[in-house]
Amino acid sequence: MAQNKEAWGSRLGVIMAVAGSAVGLGNFLRFPGLAAQYGGGAFMIAYAISFLIIGLPIGWAEWAMGRYAGSLGYNSAPGAFASIVRRPWAKYAGIIGVIIPVVIYMYYVVIEAWCIGYAVNFWTGQMHLQDAKQTVDLFVNFTGAGADASAMSFQFDRALPWLLVVFAFNFWLIYRGLSGGIEKMCNIGMPLLIVLALVVLARVMTLGAPDASKPHDNVYNGLGYMWNPSKVLITKITPGPEDKPREVVGAAAITEAEKEVAASSGSLVLKTVSPWSQLLNPSLWLAAAGQIFFSLSVGFGVIIVYASYMKKDDDVVLSGLTASSANEFCEVALGGLITIPAAVAFLGVAGIAGQAGVGLGFKVLPLVFSKMPAGAFFGGAFFFMLFLAAITSSISMLQPGIAFIEECLGVGRKISVSILGLLTSFGTAFVIYFSADLKALDTLDFWVGTFLIFMLATIQIIVFGWVWGMEKGMSELERGASVKVPAIFRPIIKWVCPAFLLSIFALWLLKEIFGFDLTTAQFGAVSAYVTDLFGASAKLPAQLSVALAVGIFIFFALISSRSKSYRRAEQGLPKNEV
Amino acid sequence: MTTPGFIVMLLSVGTVTFLFGWCIYKVLTTPNETDKVHGVEFMTPDMKEPD
Repeated sequence: MAQNKEAWGSRLGVIMAVAGSAVGLGNFLRFPGLAAQYGGGAFMIAYAISFLIIGLPIGWAEWAMGRYAGSLGYNSAPGAFASIVRRPWAKYAGIIGVIIPVVIYMYYVVIEAWCIGYAVNFWTGQMHLQDAKQTVDLFVNFTGAGADASAMSFQFDRALPWLLVVFAFNFWLIYRGLSGGIEKMCNIGMPLLIVLALVVLARVMTLGAPDASKPHDNVYNGLGYMWNPSKVLITKITPGPEDKPREVVGAAAITEAEKEVAASSGSLVLKTVSPWSQLLNPSLWLAAAGQIFFSLSVGFGVIIVYASYMKKDDDVVLSGLTASSANEFCEVALGGLITIPAAVAFLGVAGIAGQAGVGLGFKVLPLVFSKMPAGAFFGGAFFFMLFLAAITSSISMLQPGIAFIEECLGVGRKISVSILGLLTSFGTAFVIYFSADLKALDTLDFWVGTFLIFMLATIQIIVFGWVWGMEKGMSELERGASVKVPAIFRPIIKWVCPAFLLSIFALWLLKEIFGFDLTTAQFGAVSAYVTDLFGASAKLPAQLSVALAVGIFIFFALISSRSKSYRRAEQGLPKNEV
Repeated sequence: MTTPGFIVMLLSVGTVTFLFGWCIYKVLTTPNETDKVHGVEFMTPDMKEPD
């Protein structure tokens, strides 16, 4: 009986570990904001399609390529690419898969520090926020968004002390390895995260309309704002450049809006936007595909590394599916029901319009929890839950860099961890120093956390389907699998996924880099991410951020160009001579 | 929330819950599957270095 119990505990531990690696900040902050912004139902259609034709196929491709490379002794993305493509350029393409987790770690750990800092400040009763201005001021002071280096102070209402603790904790866990840290962290952290999420969810669902004088601001309308497939918008008939449509949710609010339109002497109009017309907006598809990438960690260069440690008959199909489904459960069933309904109940639809990600999490929700009965407890629980979600992701971002340095330089784990520790501590210090307008964080997130992810994902699926070949790829994928990959995924991986990715990538470049307005089909101003780098309005922190990423790429390229391991990989030989 | 909104929510939440539940069921009931399914909990060879 005791043995049986232990077996079940260890089996559930496996599920928790898989789920822990998949769940992250994007589940609770980024997804709800995007889904609400793009109109629940329409967004979910694009999101589900992106999951099926991007998320699962690229994830599976990474698992299969990683395990194949691991069978030859290669544990890094450059090693995997070199052993499959067998051309010198492949290892340089693979370096993108090292740059992404290493650079994302540099700013992800900063956000992780905000989470634990906010949690402790809530639990110790330091958060007494009265209005939106106070909440934004707190955020600006805490993160240093007001001026460079302003968060670098040893006070508990500043990010620096929390960052030092979190950074050291991450490296302690990865240094201690499996039994000393990572496994325990996942086994304790994941159930705790789900319990905390359920507790916060139960509290949110029972909020009703917290302010009797604002009956429209209630949880029910919050759910409507999040999930209603059609959007009702009140807008000016001839809107100016600053006029944005205002969304109206709930029967009573719509009746009031109708009265407002009637009294406007024809200057306002109320219109209903169907989900089908929303689906014609390419920005919605960009947002849905981007969320799938970010959330499932596909195109990050992380899965390929962990898959390389699998045995040749391990089940990569079910591993990938379990990780993805755990992530989707936390994202849709927990994140989708907590964040937006709580925010709407206290601040109304107008109070949170257009907010997603960091803005929603740190500039809106702290005020929501401050207004909530027993908000100190629930606010602390929510931000601690975010911290748990973040730390299980951030520790997974370190192994790709460690494996790469070991492989290239032929050094052991301790030296590799030390080198990576130095590199990431420099990068993280850079991010926390150049904190004005969160410029360094934002620039790295755009060019590395978005642009390079699109690039790597596209390269990976093309390498899998076209260079390696479907037959080899699918037979590697399905070896040892308890479930067969449905046949429909063959044409998806070969044709649909690359075509979809290239289209999305082209649209993304047009919109984000060249300022093309996808709804009006007109070119506007070039993106600030470009003007921050060149010309009269260039900004030093943005330029230095890109220089940092390019510098790391050059450093990694130099050491990999001299690597004997990769020369063997290019010839299809195992890393170590047998 | 409108009725279509309620349906979208139920379908979305129901689908992901079913998928995750099915994966858990499959992992727990397939013989030896827990030894073959992994996340990031690997004992990587380099972790065995002596102190």
